[in-house]
Amino acid sequence: MKPTDIQDPEYFHKVVDCQFACPAHTPVPEYIRLIAQERYTDAYMINWESNVFPGVLGRTCDRPCEPACRRGRVEEEPVAICRLKRVAADFKDDVKGLLPGAGPKNGKKVALIGGGPASLTVARDLAPLGYELHLYDEHAKAGGFMRSQIPAFRLPDEVLDEEVGYVLDMGVHTHFNKYVDSLQSILDQDYDAIFVGCGAPRGRDLPNLPGRKEADKNIHIGIDWLSSVAFEHTKSIGKRVIVLGGGNTAMDCCRTSRRLGGEDVKVIVRSPFEDMKASPWEKEDAIHEGIPILDNHVPKEFVVKDGKLVGMKFEKVEAQYDAEGKRSLVPTGEDLVYVECDDVLIAIGQENAFPWIEKSTGVRFTSWGTPIINDDETFQSTNKRVFFGGDSAFGPANIITAVAHGHKAAVSIDMYCNGQNPEVNRPAPHVTLVSQKMGIHEWSYDSIPVIDKREAVPLVALEEALKSKTLEVELGFDVETAFVQAERCLNCDAQTVFTDSACIECDACTDICPTSCISFVENAEEPELRQSLLVPAENAEQDLYVSGELATGKVMVKDEDVCLHCGLCAERCPTAAWDMQKFYYTMAKAAPVLVEAAE
Amino acid sequence: MSYIKPKFRHPRLPTNKLGFTVADYDGAISTLCAGCGHDSISAAIRNACFQSAIPPHRIAKVSGIGCSSKMPTYFLGKSHGFNSVHGRMPSVATGASLANRDLTYIGVSGDGDTASIGMGQFIHLIRRNVNMTYIVANNGCYGLTKGQDSATADLGSVAKGGAVNPFDGIDLAALALLQGASFVARSFSGDKGQLEPLIRAAMAHKGFAFIDVVSPCVTFNNHVGSTKSYAETREHLDAMPLDFVPMREEITTQYAEGTTQAVTLHDGSAIHLKKADATYKANDRRAAMDVVQQAHADGRILTGLLYLDPDSQDLNQNLNLATRPLNELGKDELCPGSKVLKSINEGLR
Repeated sequence: MKPTDIQDPEYFHKVVDCQFACPAHTPVPEYIRLIAQERYTDAYMINWESNVFPGVLGRTCDRPCEPACRRGRVEEEPVAICRLKRVAADFKDDVKGLLPGAGPKNGKKVALIGGGPASLTVARDLAPLGYELHLYDEHAKAGGFMRSQIPAFRLPDEVLDEEVGYVLDMGVHTHFNKYVDSLQSILDQDYDAIFVGCGAPRGRDLPNLPGRKEADKNIHIGIDWLSSVAFEHTKSIGKRVIVLGGGNTAMDCCRTSRRLGGEDVKVIVRSPFEDMKASPWEKEDAIHEGIPILDNHVPKEFVVKDGKLVGMKFEKVEAQYDAEGKRSLVPTGEDLVYVECDDVLIAIGQENAFPWIEKSTGVRFTSWGTPIINDDETFQSTNKRVFFGGDSAFGPANIITAVAHGHKAAVSIDMYCNGQNPEVNRPAPHVTLVSQKMGIHEWSYDSIPVIDKREAVPLVALEEALKSKTLEVELGFDVETAFVQAERCLNCDAQTVFTDSACIECDACTDICPTSCISFVENAEEPELRQSLLVPAENAEQDLYVSGELATGKVMVKDEDVCLHCGLCAERCPTAAWDMQKFYYTMAKAAPVLVEAAE
Repeated sequence: MSYIKPKFRHPRLPTNKLGFTVADYDGAISTLCAGCGHDSISAAIRNACFQSAIPPHRIAKVSGIGCSSKMPTYFLGKSHGFNSVHGRMPSVATGASLANRDLTYIGVSGDGDTASIGMGQFIHLIRRNVNMTYIVANNGCYGLTKGQDSATADLGSVAKGGAVNPFDGIDLAALALLQGASFVARSFSGDKGQLEPLIRAAMAHKGFAFIDVVSPCVTFNNHVGSTKSYAETREHLDAMPLDFVPMREEITTQYAEGTTQAVTLHDGSAIHLKKADATYKANDRRAAMDVVQQAHADGRILTGLLYLDPDSQDLNQNLNLATRPLNELGKDELCPGSKVLKSINEGLR
């Protein structure tokens, strides 16, 4: 193999698994260390710069970081990254003085359609540059699906209002209760650019199922129903409720039903339990609230009696997988299952819908109904003045993805408004790499990993929780628990940087490495090299760090897979050929860099 | 300085025949200087015991005093051990081996502990052919007392302070050959590919197995002018690579014909000497002495298996001791009573 190019920031970026997996590339280990140091405000600001909604995400994020966490590969459970983020938000001081304000006017005007996380991120990134921003939303408040679809018992209004407020207070002109029904009418105004962040507003239905029309009064589309609950148009539901679907929206629907009068609430889903789209912890939360999940049941009929919905019929199936692993649901041949109910909530997915975008706008769509966009960097549509982001770009995803889209779209919009082509010469990420050496054998971080286990976040008593639609179920970590949980982080951003010219091949590093990551071997092609290491590098998703040729003709090969970043290789190195250097990476943003790596 | 090693290990560490991983043979974290050759030897001993699947509780580590003699703390944390007086490890090892002949004994010593204060004991250990592996971590200086020349420092080697050594060094391997050691080898701490199979062969050997290991002192003897630095050792290294194949195990490596020579040990395990030409005879003591002298004259550091007598009789055999370890014999066996005494007395009348 060729020597690894550590000048390419993406190499070390990939080593920080959590940050790499985060769509907005939040510098996770950096803020977790700050939490351990009780520097909650600093931890919050690092988050805020990257993901704009730390308090919201600390409660609701889909957490792509946690399955990626290296700790999950050396023991049972990853670091509780998401809930530590909430700790930063819960215990921070007043941050208003630290936030950027609107910059001096630059004479450019941008319209933001939809007030969700994508649009708000664009606003956050463009406001300090002096853009005049106009945000349109059909509701009375901004927040998008963070407000309309995430129930208040998971995300209190105050938390959302605070973080939405930080953005709007940067001088954003809001046009609430204004449903934009024509993109052309916006294009006809003097906006220099238009960002569409209107989400994926149409919930899928089961229009052809028998009884659908007759029972319409008691059948609700999940996302519309949640929104109507959030804006207090809906205040109750029947005693017996069936929720169809297996995603996170279904979980929010069933748990909300329990708080609106639903006593016998069931989730009924076509797929096997393990294949459900909902995050494992959201399924657990639903089950904890006494909601059974019936899997492998395909809806067949709404049963109507005397003009009113009385139940549903389901066909039992089992999942079979072909040689390519493709799943098909095959009926078991048993009798249809009848489940009585008063109301049904359909939460089987969402799709994009743009009835308000006219052909004349030049914005064209794929056969899937999503806009044709250059790529997932520029977010520019076929009308160069119009940019998309969030769910409206590629279909339903999650908040953190919408934020990442917003950052990238803001860069594109800024380039476009300055007469540059957003496809080329996009700004590079902000990167620093600094030695963490404090003494001969001392590092600036707690280098030796602790063995404490992950702890669950404490909850309010179930009885109390079910009584209220707004009482937050999760209590959050206290500072003591947060410290222990923060210390579980392996500091993967403390990179093992190797200088081959300094190496005398004494083997000290390979002898001391607790997880046998470092080998000195003859060079070879990657597959062969992977097998020749002290422990074969079988996790192909993790890179090998290969040095240049050493004096004996061998090369140093480090398998990044289970490196603990404990720094012992560097401590035992007599010539400082190894050094632990903190890699701080933030994705390119339109706004100037706000937070540097902590001292 | 880190005084603890993290508890986590690679989740896919291979296991040996006993089901142990190499981590089960770990000791405490080393307090020697970073980059010390001795740490590499510790790791080689650990790896060798793991590979040979010796139960850790069937091993006893013995040592004297010095940087080298601290080493046993840093490997085989679950084995027996005795840290003896300076240069007196051979007495302790002899006694231990007599008391319990069933354990595997690993003696770790240094150039000071063996070639200076312990020389008198060392010679007799060889003469008695005590069944043990004796490793000298040889760095040519007294690292623990700030790097004075030791008795194995080479003639002309420059100390860190600039003084040139006016004396010829003691060649411990040559001495062991001369005194009749049944297994003599030399190696280099930076060459685990050779050192590990040598240690495995030494542990399998019945009798006294001596390995002189050049082990650079990074702090006091790793500079330009030193003959035992990493760079200088590598520069002059003439290594004879080898493999160790334990008894009843099939040879899986393929060697080109005429490039390898197998030496069979007493227990049926074998050492495969790679690159050995047909004239090389591992069991010819005089030839071995010649080869060592020639390498010395050429300025080469010849490493590998220098001499092996596969049929050697160890101390326990020579003394006709009970085949069961003495420490396992009970009162009835050690003191069989007046009836037996009477019959012995009768036999002598």
